[in-house]
Amino acid sequence: MSFESSLDMTSNGVARITLSGKLDSSTYREFEGLIGQAIANKAKRVALLLGGLSFMASAGLRVLVFAKQKLGSSVDIYVIEAQEQVVDTITMTGLEHSVTMLDSYDAAVVEKF
Amino acid sequence: MDRIDVHPTHLFQEFKLRPGKPYPFGATLVPGGINFSVFSRNASYCCLLLFRRGEREPYAVIPFRGQFLKAASREPDWADFRIGNVFTMTVLDLDHEEIEYGFRMDNPAYPHSEQGKPGFFRFDPARTLMDPYAKAIGGRDEWGKMPDWSDPYPHRSRIIFDDFDWEGDRPPEIPKEDLVIYEAHVRGFTKHPSSGVREGRAGTFAGMREKIPYLKELGINCVELMPIYEFDEFEFSKYDEATGRWVKMNYWGYSTVGFFAPKAGFAATGKTGDGTMVADELKTLVKELHRHGIEIILDVVFNHTAEGDHRGPVISYKGIDNQTYYMLTPEGYYQNFSGTGNSLNCNDPIVRGMILDALRYWASEYHIDGFRFDLASILSRNAFGAPMDNPPLLEALAFDPVLGKCKLIAEAWDAGGLYQVGSFPNYGRWSEWNGKSRDTLRRFLKGDQGQAGAMSQVLQGSPGLYGSRGPTASINFISCHDGFTLYDTVAYNGKHNEANLQNNQDGDNDNNSWNCGWEGETDDPGINALRRRQIKNAVTMLMVSQGVPMILQGDEVGSTKYGNSNTYCHDNELNWLDWSLTEKNSELLRFFKQIIAFRHAHSILRNSHYFSNQDWKGTGYADITWHGTQAWNADWSGNVVAFMLNGQYVKKKEEYGADDFIYVAMNMHWDALPFELPVLPPEYTWRMAVNTSMASPQDIFAHGEEPVLDDQHQVIAGGRSVFVLVGRKNN
Repeated sequence: MSFESSLDMTSNGVARITLSGKLDSSTYREFEGLIGQAIANKAKRVALLLGGLSFMASAGLRVLVFAKQKLGSSVDIYVIEAQEQVVDTITMTGLEHSVTMLDSYDAAVVEKF
Repeated sequence: MDRIDVHPTHLFQEFKLRPGKPYPFGATLVPGGINFSVFSRNASYCCLLLFRRGEREPYAVIPFRGQFLKAASREPDWADFRIGNVFTMTVLDLDHEEIEYGFRMDNPAYPHSEQGKPGFFRFDPARTLMDPYAKAIGGRDEWGKMPDWSDPYPHRSRIIFDDFDWEGDRPPEIPKEDLVIYEAHVRGFTKHPSSGVREGRAGTFAGMREKIPYLKELGINCVELMPIYEFDEFEFSKYDEATGRWVKMNYWGYSTVGFFAPKAGFAATGKTGDGTMVADELKTLVKELHRHGIEIILDVVFNHTAEGDHRGPVISYKGIDNQTYYMLTPEGYYQNFSGTGNSLNCNDPIVRGMILDALRYWASEYHIDGFRFDLASILSRNAFGAPMDNPPLLEALAFDPVLGKCKLIAEAWDAGGLYQVGSFPNYGRWSEWNGKSRDTLRRFLKGDQGQAGAMSQVLQGSPGLYGSRGPTASINFISCHDGFTLYDTVAYNGKHNEANLQNNQDGDNDNNSWNCGWEGETDDPGINALRRRQIKNAVTMLMVSQGVPMILQGDEVGSTKYGNSNTYCHDNELNWLDWSLTEKNSELLRFFKQIIAFRHAHSILRNSHYFSNQDWKGTGYADITWHGTQAWNADWSGNVVAFMLNGQYVKKKEEYGADDFIYVAMNMHWDALPFELPVLPPEYTWRMAVNTSMASPQDIFAHGEEPVLDDQHQVIAGGRSVFVLVGRKNN
């Protein structure tokens, strides 16, 4: 499955980034670019919709760390609908403290300021 | 401004190349590509092999010296990507996550020694060699997964990102005297089904992370991990077709394949084949341990490698520069001071540099707090195997700036008969596993006569051994991975190593153990009660001794290996911590927690200097005084020792205030004995902190809850028991 990514900004400042396929060293630049756009758009929250993401390699993890560092501690990052492999990868490498994991997109949580 | 060294100077097939940088050795991510650098003093030919991850055949073989095309003009050009004895080039536009790499080396001018025969050169232009500086090593990504035995390149160099979000982590830098070390095996700690860690994490770094609260609650503040450098669990393995099980494996891991790479099979993420993720998983464990105030020491094996002797495999070092990396006999055989086939030539300047580089890497990139050196006496030998007065490696380690705050601990002996406990070249920095104090502790514990004098040395941190170095030179232990567990020390007289399939010939015979009346498991409640008491006695002796105490994983819950004193080869319940014992033997676990807490609560037990046995402050009592069944009258000929510590002599008194008086009586005689107590100053009273002859929970009391003794003049100590009193000012 090829990697696909997209970004849409909600009116209240949530950057919704959807990723599918495999996020590895050959595709992470796309994800990094979207994070850059979210930063440029002054995102107040970042929601990563990962239901279609089957694999995340260390290069993808680094973009998550990069996002957290660039966005600052005031901007929460939500990891949503992540598949088991991706959840495992995030937790085993200790990133679960840097993001909030949600089973589904819940506007009442993600878009509540 | 853009860098100007990101453009190729040469082409080889479709690969864009530049002359590389010799430092750092290994494969390093640089702007636009990967820099490869490998040393060989004797090779005249070297090429780089690139593999797509897991593939058997390389997709590229790029020579470091040879005919290339100039990148600008595409004219043929003979180039030599070599500086001195270092082959180095940068290959641009490589995907580091997807490749594995290796080297091939040769020098046709030298004879090529065949496997199985002695020789000084083991070049083979057809063999792919692992990079000695590989930061990740593939091929054994999942513990125990059957390898492809025909793979000509079984241990494969990988490249990782060396960045990590440490979130401000700093090594705790706990003073040595304040450490309580817990020796653990990553796989054994959580592999048992009872561990309760999440699926897929049993026996891994991630699994260990889930158990940090247990370690914290136990009270230890330093974990010493048995080898976690990449090793081959299939080395000397033996498979039983009938049962479909491995009956022998290289479980402990004292046989290094690569000194810079964590054992991929210890990572839950290992199966991804992503070396960076494996590194991140271990770094996350380190970060979480530090967050809980727990340091991490690695048991490192630099004395030999997994390449064995002349019959062993050629993985890396042999094929790169056999004479540099190994001590050889004049006939070209491998010196074997390790008992495993070869001995690393540690004091060779190149090997010394590699060891230093490795340790600096672990200290800086993984935030490791210290190192315990396996068979460290080999590190004091020269190229011919002779012990050196001033081994340059040990000196360099002692004074290395990056390692400046790391704990350095020597297993101060080797398998060649060099025994340096008390005399290891230390430069004021090195500590030692104190094997002598272990033996004394065990003899005293089982009631041997005439051990009282030696025991007084142990209790003071072995000043006779480490007079000028202080008690923190002494790592005190009563059990470690080698030899009996603490429970087995009180349950077996002799070793029972039949499961090792070596006719019970392996492992130490001199275990100084006593089975309390029955060899092995028994239902006899009296014997089991005595064993529990002996375990409590032992850990109490350890925790009231000056120096640095170390306990073995599982001793706190009475783990047994059923009398096997050498379980190096068992990937099963013999080595896996059975977590159900935390319930079954909760009495022991409680005692361990409390006695460790007792040590932490009393800084008089944790001095960085030796007691003088004098009252140089004029407090009315010497810093340490010796007693017997009569106060002030020690008997050094028997199996009874009593001593008192004066809390006025605590370290950093100005900072922490004075400690209590502490009085410890150890009655290793079989029958009860009365102990006359030293008289305290009038405003002080004796309180009972520990009495191992009492049933739980009266066996030990929490700090501040110790009951005042009814009789302030005498205590009856049960047979084979220890009691500890605190002398505290009345409220």
